[in-house]
Amino acid sequence: MLSRVAEAIYWMSRYIERAENVARFVDVNLQLILDQPTGMQAQWEPLVATTGDDDVFEERYGEPTRESVLKFLTFDTENPNSILSCLRAARENARSIRENISSEMWEQLNDAYLMVTETSEEWMMTEPHLFFTDIKDASHQFIGQTDNIMSHGEGWHFCRLGRLIERADKTSRIVDVKYFILLPSVVDVDTPYDDIQWGALLHSASAFEMYRRTHGLIAPDKVVAFLLLDREFPRSVLYCLSKAEESLHAISGTPLETFSNTAEQELGQLRSEFAYAQVNQILQSGLHEFLDAFQTKLNLVGDDIYKTFFALRPINVGLSNSQLQSQSQM
Amino acid sequence: MTRFDGYKTDGFYDEMFLPDGTPRPAVKLLAERIQNFENGEFIRRQITAEHALLRMGITFNVYADQQGVERIFPFDLIPRIIDADDWDWIERGLKQRIQALNLFIDDIYHEQKIIKDGVVPAEVVLSSDRYLEQCIGLDPPRGIWCHITGTDLVRDGDGQFYVLEDNLGCPSGVSYVMENRQLMKRTFPQLFGMSQIQPVEDYPSQLLDMLQFLVNDKVESPVAALLTPGIYNSAYFEHSFLAQQMGIELVEGRDLVVMDGYIHMRTTKGFERVDVIYRRINDDFLDPVVFNPESILGVPGLMDVYKSGRLALINAPGTCVADDKVVCAYVPQIIKYYLDEDIIVPNVPTYMCWEDDDRKYVLEHIDELVVKEANQSGGYGMLIGPHATKAEHEDFAERIKKNPRNYIAQPTLDLSRVPVLIDDHFEGRHVDLRPFILYGEDIYVLPGGLTRVALKKGSLVVNSSQGGGSKDTWVLTQYRRK
Repeated sequence: MLSRVAEAIYWMSRYIERAENVARFVDVNLQLILDQPTGMQAQWEPLVATTGDDDVFEERYGEPTRESVLKFLTFDTENPNSILSCLRAARENARSIRENISSEMWEQLNDAYLMVTETSEEWMMTEPHLFFTDIKDASHQFIGQTDNIMSHGEGWHFCRLGRLIERADKTSRIVDVKYFILLPSVVDVDTPYDDIQWGALLHSASAFEMYRRTHGLIAPDKVVAFLLLDREFPRSVLYCLSKAEESLHAISGTPLETFSNTAEQELGQLRSEFAYAQVNQILQSGLHEFLDAFQTKLNLVGDDIYKTFFALRPINVGLSNSQLQSQSQM
Repeated sequence: MTRFDGYKTDGFYDEMFLPDGTPRPAVKLLAERIQNFENGEFIRRQITAEHALLRMGITFNVYADQQGVERIFPFDLIPRIIDADDWDWIERGLKQRIQALNLFIDDIYHEQKIIKDGVVPAEVVLSSDRYLEQCIGLDPPRGIWCHITGTDLVRDGDGQFYVLEDNLGCPSGVSYVMENRQLMKRTFPQLFGMSQIQPVEDYPSQLLDMLQFLVNDKVESPVAALLTPGIYNSAYFEHSFLAQQMGIELVEGRDLVVMDGYIHMRTTKGFERVDVIYRRINDDFLDPVVFNPESILGVPGLMDVYKSGRLALINAPGTCVADDKVVCAYVPQIIKYYLDEDIIVPNVPTYMCWEDDDRKYVLEHIDELVVKEANQSGGYGMLIGPHATKAEHEDFAERIKKNPRNYIAQPTLDLSRVPVLIDDHFEGRHVDLRPFILYGEDIYVLPGGLTRVALKKGSLVVNSSQGGGSKDTWVLTQYRRK
């Protein structure tokens, strides 16, 4: 497979997953606000903080409000991580590899993009939940097309790799939302609101019902364990890392538990760290610090994937597309 | 009411209706079907078809920047229909033409017999911008230069077909032929069952066959690729469509590299050899070492590999010389010279401004003629005398006097018309026809081709860059009396 094509598939997939996760982030915050005790200030600041784009936001919008945050994260074309920007980037990547993916996948993605461009900002502001559901559905339909139509060869593995790396990063950030929300309201710890907030986190990863079946009552340590360390839940970080590792090895042909490049080495180490981690230790040493370190290591894996598969070959003609395809993190 | 009531042929040759308003025999079924539609049904289907095009992403950017508005290429549901016996004649004419042009190109890059024998003047060939000295002495695989040609045909007021020009560079439009057909099948499934229409769907197979035919027999499993300038090219959709349909890699210049005397693609697992490239970038940009040094679209060293016979290129570099509108005017003589046959489908009569008599005539009748630059396409660099102002006439007259070699003129033809849906009714609009011809082991002509339609009222310019649209083209299999 052409390196350029592999890179485009990888980023197409990451951007779709990113759009879905932005929708999840915002949606959960909207739910949280509905459940907040009256008189309490709505919290939009944590949402921007978790995206990592808070500086850009403050410069352009100032004080976070419902309107400004929603706009920034959905239709703002100057924010490279808004839903519209993500879908546009995914579509532009897909357009450059249409011959490699099926027509159905392209049409599905094109449809999603057209749907967002045809949605009015007013409608989204009044019916945000419907809008975000549409985005999540579109992403799931695309994944369905990919799994059921595309041959599970190299291209498919790059697609899955991109999706899972992105998802692992975003699930870790969803867990981190709690850190940002918790701080200003320490008094709420162990109150019903705390319970609601943890529940909302689970909801944002569509994990609430699966959690209930596994652990029953909401307990912070169990929620963290479920979202980070569960071996079976497909949005947990460990699950994402394990499956990403499988795809990486399927691409290179190297057996699992060995490595032939730095991407495999880094990802293998990271996966092991999660596979043998205990939630209590994580909480004791500080959840936020743990997640922060994880995100840095995951970025390294991303860099190594780039170096191993996309940027190889010293003979260079013209421009590299990698800058255009932007690797900026949320 | 979207019916043909009130539709006028206005004295033009109408592809669908006879002058008395009755449908031609070949389209009777179609006309009846549309007449029997319920109110609004035709418009509804037209809108559905346009939406499908948008969904399939068959669009082009109106503005160059990526925020630009995307539009579909306008598509009109009324098909253009060609009788079987008309088509049979066109097909024979095109095969004859391409065979002769190929011999001509090979000759002028080798012995130049046709020039020495005084049939085509040396100045005409050698002064063409598209005659590439770098290609002298080249021997393309299997002796074929023009593997893919799109020849533009028009039909005059009396129903006679003429050749307007040949496109041997990177003729585009064939993907629209196939997408238009798919759309029509979805829109009028019953009609397709009843009419006997020649299929167009095997074009990608024919093309792939041809690509593989050009590879040296010693290569066991030849690897083909389609070379595109990239996603911002206006024909990008077609490039990716053809690559997808043939199952070959779509590559950009930066994906390719010359190593060990072969062309290779950069893949995730190292380098992979490529044996044949269907290139959709122009000669100038193919290889910065040999041609335009500024080019970042091509591959340095590509021409060396080509010359060594380790790569086939489609079309062969240098082929475009036959695109030159002045060269085109000599095609009747070219056919006679190489094949000893009379031309079957005639050229539109052409005045060559560099010849004194012709120039004199052109300057005196500039308000009646269509004047074209010899090396322009896409509807640019063109004057349509009867539709132009006096100032424009004078401007072109000056240009002709300054550089006569660069201009030709042709009578303004009454291009045939086809009904087109305009708002809620049908109006006649002018059309041309671009059949596609493949030259591999045999010469294959795709039945029909792309019918382009000038959507502006009265306009004779069908190019998509100038407000043109397209239609599906049906070549009937049954022989019918005209």
